[in-house]
Amino acid sequence: MCLAVPARVVEINGDLATVDIVGNTRAIGISLTPEVQPGDYVLVHAGFAIQVIDEAEAQATMMLLEEMALLEAETEGWQQEGNSA
Amino acid sequence: MLNAQDTDKAREWLQKIEQLAAELDHPVNIMEVCGTHTVAIAQNGLRELLPASLRLLSGPGCPVCVTDEADIDALIRLAQQPGITLATFGDLMRVPGEEGSLQEAKAGGANIKVVYSTLDAVALAQAQPEQQVVFAGIGFETTAPTVAVSIEMAARQGLRNYSVWSLHKTVPPALRVLLEDPEVQIDAFINPGHVCTILGTEPFQFIAGEYQKPCVVTGFEANDILEAIWMILEQHRLRQWAVAIQYRRAVQAAGNPVAISYLQNFFVVQDANWRGLGIIPGSGLEIAPAYADWNARMRFVSPLSTRRRPSESRPPCLCGAILKGLKTPLECPSFGRNCTPLRPVGPCMVSQEGACAAYYRYQPAQLETR
Repeated sequence: MCLAVPARVVEINGDLATVDIVGNTRAIGISLTPEVQPGDYVLVHAGFAIQVIDEAEAQATMMLLEEMALLEAETEGWQQEGNSA
Repeated sequence: MLNAQDTDKAREWLQKIEQLAAELDHPVNIMEVCGTHTVAIAQNGLRELLPASLRLLSGPGCPVCVTDEADIDALIRLAQQPGITLATFGDLMRVPGEEGSLQEAKAGGANIKVVYSTLDAVALAQAQPEQQVVFAGIGFETTAPTVAVSIEMAARQGLRNYSVWSLHKTVPPALRVLLEDPEVQIDAFINPGHVCTILGTEPFQFIAGEYQKPCVVTGFEANDILEAIWMILEQHRLRQWAVAIQYRRAVQAAGNPVAISYLQNFFVVQDANWRGLGIIPGSGLEIAPAYADWNARMRFVSPLSTRRRPSESRPPCLCGAILKGLKTPLECPSFGRNCTPLRPVGPCMVSQEGACAAYYRYQPAQLETR
């Protein structure tokens, strides 16, 4: 449940920012990382940036995100399988 | 799951680990204290790759798994009251209390909304001023600051129909309880990466200082975990104990000082009841008195449960022992038989990050041989 994913900050609007998470944009809270600037990479947990990270670090973490997406797809298949059993 | 380059790296780490493990005069039990690590270890089959002298134990590292049944029941009764909307993270929906789950309560008409973040819960309160929106505050130090921000937003906006029912828990006191338990043998900890993004290393120093055990803050990829295990064995070999950081890309020694100040300003420490571990002094976070107006416990009463399911009607569940690393899911008589992700008996099977769910998903071969 403490999963956090990297995202790129596109625009800042007060306590909120628009971020790009592997191609999807969404609004997140930035009160916990007030120093963040557009173009920065952040770790996002439960709709909030919890740490500013550097770009290379963000790329390294992107892999986990893709794995989690696979995991989710797999879980869906597995639940459907179970439902039909 | 690993690309060729990562596989080579993993092989290197495994070789280095094997070299150090060969020098051990007794088995080393390493507990991972984060559900995301539990999943990554199972997914990559790390348990099978490591030398037999290293045992990986899953700890109480999933906030959903350690939420007490009575707390789930209290949330259900709250959500059944007219005029209240309970907002919660989806993770909590299927966790069984004594009286069923939030999902079952919702099907039965209780007003429960799943949200992605506390921002959504605050927006829900703004959109329906006639409804009292209560956020079910669950999670460790990673999540609690985001809940603190929502209270700050509500206070600033004078939003009187938003409040938080805090069930937040803190990790370090639970690790101390495990270290003090004579039944539990833990030689080292793989520390939760994102809890430490917030807290840094200081709150975990007692593990190295008082208990002389290695402790490594670890990332979530297979090679992060292997490197951390090697770092643990190095500390063991040198007999120099420290809270080391492997997960440098996301964790600084001081943590996130802004988030820490949110924790300090918006919460006070109290005792908390952990499923499987019991009451742990000073391991819970209650809303600070200065923000009592946004404390759902001050605003609403959730009547105590009178209906308890007779215990003989419930299949056996070893979640308590599993959360302490005393048993593995494979040792539970219900595991994979009458306890599956579709029909979970205990919380470790409910949560995707629970030890039982991770074993169930990634170790089918072991299941078949049972």
